[in-house]
Amino acid sequence: MKYRLLAAIALIVAPMATTTAASAAEVNIYSYRQDVLVRPLFDAFTKETGVKVNVVFARKGLIKRLQAEGRNSPADLVFTVDIARLSDIVNAGLSQPVKTATLEKSVPAEYRDENGMWYGLTLRARMIYTSKERVGKGQITSYEQLADPKWRGKVCTRKGDHAYNIALLAAYIGHYGEAKATDWLRGVKANLARKPQGNDRAQVKAIMEGVCDIAVGNHYYMALMLKNDKQKPWAASANLVFPTLAGKGTHMNVSGVMMTKYAPNKANALKLMEFLTSKKAQGIYANVNNEYPIDPNVKASPLLESWGKFPRDGIALDTIAKNRAAALKIVNTVGYNDGPVSN
Amino acid sequence: MIGIQASEANARTRGTRRFRPDPWAAGALLITAIVALPVLTVLGAAFFPTENIWPHLWETVLPGYILATLELMAGVAAGTILIGVSAAWLVTTCDFPGRRIFEWALVLPLAMPAYVVAYVYTDILEFAGPVQALLRDIFGWRTVQDYWFPEIRSLGGAIVVMTMTLYPYVYLLTRSAFLEQSSGVGEAARTLGCSPWAAFRRVSLPMARPSIVVGVALVLMETLNDFGTVDFFAVQTLTTGMFNVWLVMNNTGGGAQIAVVMLVFVIFLLVAERAARRKRGYHDTSTRPRLPVRFELRGGRKALALLVCAIPILIGFVIPAGLLTSYAIEFYDVSLNNRFPQAAFNSILLAALAAAIAVMIGLFLAYAVRLRKSTLLRNLARFASLGYAVPGAVLAIGILFPFGAFDNAVDSFMRGAFGISTGLILSGTIIAILFAYVVRFLALAYGTLEAGLGRVTPHMDDAARTLKHGPAQALIKVNLPIIRGSMMTAGILIFVDCMKELPATLLLRPFNFDTLATYVYQFASDELLEECALGALTIVAAGIIPVILLTRVMGRNRPDQELSVV
Repeated sequence: MKYRLLAAIALIVAPMATTTAASAAEVNIYSYRQDVLVRPLFDAFTKETGVKVNVVFARKGLIKRLQAEGRNSPADLVFTVDIARLSDIVNAGLSQPVKTATLEKSVPAEYRDENGMWYGLTLRARMIYTSKERVGKGQITSYEQLADPKWRGKVCTRKGDHAYNIALLAAYIGHYGEAKATDWLRGVKANLARKPQGNDRAQVKAIMEGVCDIAVGNHYYMALMLKNDKQKPWAASANLVFPTLAGKGTHMNVSGVMMTKYAPNKANALKLMEFLTSKKAQGIYANVNNEYPIDPNVKASPLLESWGKFPRDGIALDTIAKNRAAALKIVNTVGYNDGPVSN
Repeated sequence: MIGIQASEANARTRGTRRFRPDPWAAGALLITAIVALPVLTVLGAAFFPTENIWPHLWETVLPGYILATLELMAGVAAGTILIGVSAAWLVTTCDFPGRRIFEWALVLPLAMPAYVVAYVYTDILEFAGPVQALLRDIFGWRTVQDYWFPEIRSLGGAIVVMTMTLYPYVYLLTRSAFLEQSSGVGEAARTLGCSPWAAFRRVSLPMARPSIVVGVALVLMETLNDFGTVDFFAVQTLTTGMFNVWLVMNNTGGGAQIAVVMLVFVIFLLVAERAARRKRGYHDTSTRPRLPVRFELRGGRKALALLVCAIPILIGFVIPAGLLTSYAIEFYDVSLNNRFPQAAFNSILLAALAAAIAVMIGLFLAYAVRLRKSTLLRNLARFASLGYAVPGAVLAIGILFPFGAFDNAVDSFMRGAFGISTGLILSGTIIAILFAYVVRFLALAYGTLEAGLGRVTPHMDDAARTLKHGPAQALIKVNLPIIRGSMMTAGILIFVDCMKELPATLLLRPFNFDTLATYVYQFASDELLEECALGALTIVAAGIIPVILLTRVMGRNRPDQELSVV
């Protein structure tokens, strides 16, 4: 009887225990991006090509997994947001260069690695949300002004060491240097209405609640809030500002894809990369996630189009990645996460 | 290293023998070596950092992390002792309406993942939530500036949420200690003129203290390894700091160094726990305890007892479960897709397998230590259980590297010798997840079984040996039937914990693989409570049945069934 039980367990477990390795019609993905966000794209790809897409989604640590698995890793592609993480993978020697005319035609040079180590797929703007009731139009137009003493006790952001804020601070360092960036962050911290907490949406909600007048958040959260009945009033309480950095334009970050160094399904992986930069996939991205398509020839979603065109801060993404470590140190030095009152 | 008294007493009276290898000792050594790998991997990373940011951390955020961690631990310890001990005392020594129901219902919050409870209370108590909306309606307030309301996303909020989900550990252990106490002791105190309260304070409580300490040590280790709750409540503890340095900033050395600071905390806890247990001399186990005579409560005291028992159940279970149920009903179409049943199946299968494996390994280790009476072996077994206090994601990384190295070594060898590539054998399979669960929760199994075996008198083994039974047969024929209860307890606790486990599962899982916890997470991480309600509720439901079983097992009042951690 005991053996029968063991046999039964073995029967159930054995098929689950096999690792997916190279096979004819599939491609394996490690994704830092949520399943729900990327699934529609993969479904469209599978429908078009018959290639099955396997996914492991985790928000943290997938680089370590790739590193540990080494030469035998089953992963073909890595999906992630944030330029710093893309360059982490390149720096760890875990990616391989890919270059095709199709990819280079769809993805502008500033949003891909010059050696083809990674390609941007979408763009996300870091915005300022202002209270419709309490902040007049044009009262704040730049990131620099977040540190203006006139906003004392009026600003909400998520934690300072979140990747989105770190990237913004890294861009700031790129324009002004570390010393000025430290002063600026100190000023923003002094203006905080409360200890940094919650996600970007929670900051807009705080505007509705009257906790603060100004919040920092990525652009697509506006679209997400408008789609959710419970969150619509949050969105309705705020105006969107496309701020400028160093007089240039709005801070942009990318979501991107890269091929792993030891990709076992190289041909299919390449097929998927090209599919993702195609007009069709870029259209799906634009409309499902409300991110800005990487291909300037693809229209953004109607909502985003209605916000109009805006200048982008053209700082090199490499610079943002390079300044990340310095940015984190500044966040710690300033004690940003302690909130407005610090000891 | 929370095991229980008698085994040590035996070791002391019979003297500690020198270490000699035999199959049991060799097996135990091999197991501890494998199980300790993840923790050793993390330690290794700490001492060989690529970029040393320790001085920077020390000058800036680390003191704050340590302080917040200490405050959190102190608050949770105080809260769980207050609730756990008073509830345990009430249900074992007093009689009041509903006592029999409270006895098992007090354990229910154990089935609630703390991060889910954190989401629920934020939903209820934040500005837009029903409580503040009602207050605004009643008093005519409009904005945040008009009135003061405690901020749920704070250190205080984290202390409350963790207290409410973790106090059952203290309750369970203390209750079983009270049950074990011969009621004669309490009665003697009463005849000597003590009031019931004085008898509790001067006799029952000191006698139960070691069990309380064991429970609090468990609670504090869970508090240390928690990430979800503190992150959500924006409390800057060592765990959140470590995650940011390690996984957001990709600085392995710095992250591992913070992990070492955490391990120092753990070791301190274990030492304190040891010290408390060494004073167990006055534990009276000579006679079988009689059923206690319960003190009947009346009037105001009855009402107070009802409140003390009902409030933790209400806050820790009824309210969150109720809100989740209403969301689950309202949003079942969003959450109930074809991936849900598979996720539930995966969860239950993995949790059951992990529980079975951990109990078997824990039993092997505990029995080997009993056979050898080797201090070295016992300390090794305890070191192997450190995984309990390590945050899941860190443990997962500690598993990725040794597994990857093993797989690649086998692959290279097979390529070289036979021209066959074996690829990844362990990495990215459910074996990796099972391994993580076993490493994480072995402490529960080892501690409980060490304690259970400790209460089997060595004469039993000797008797079996005179009947020409070898150690293995003595274990199966003599010890196993006696410690069945301890095995059940350990298995059930591990099952419930595995059902809730998230970070290690997330990072180690195969392609297209979900458990209930990862399924819930994809919504919960976006703070979309409604969409994750059904999954969360299923985790709770799957946890409740074992939890009720557990109380029934422990309620049988057998002295061999004390719960503990290594």
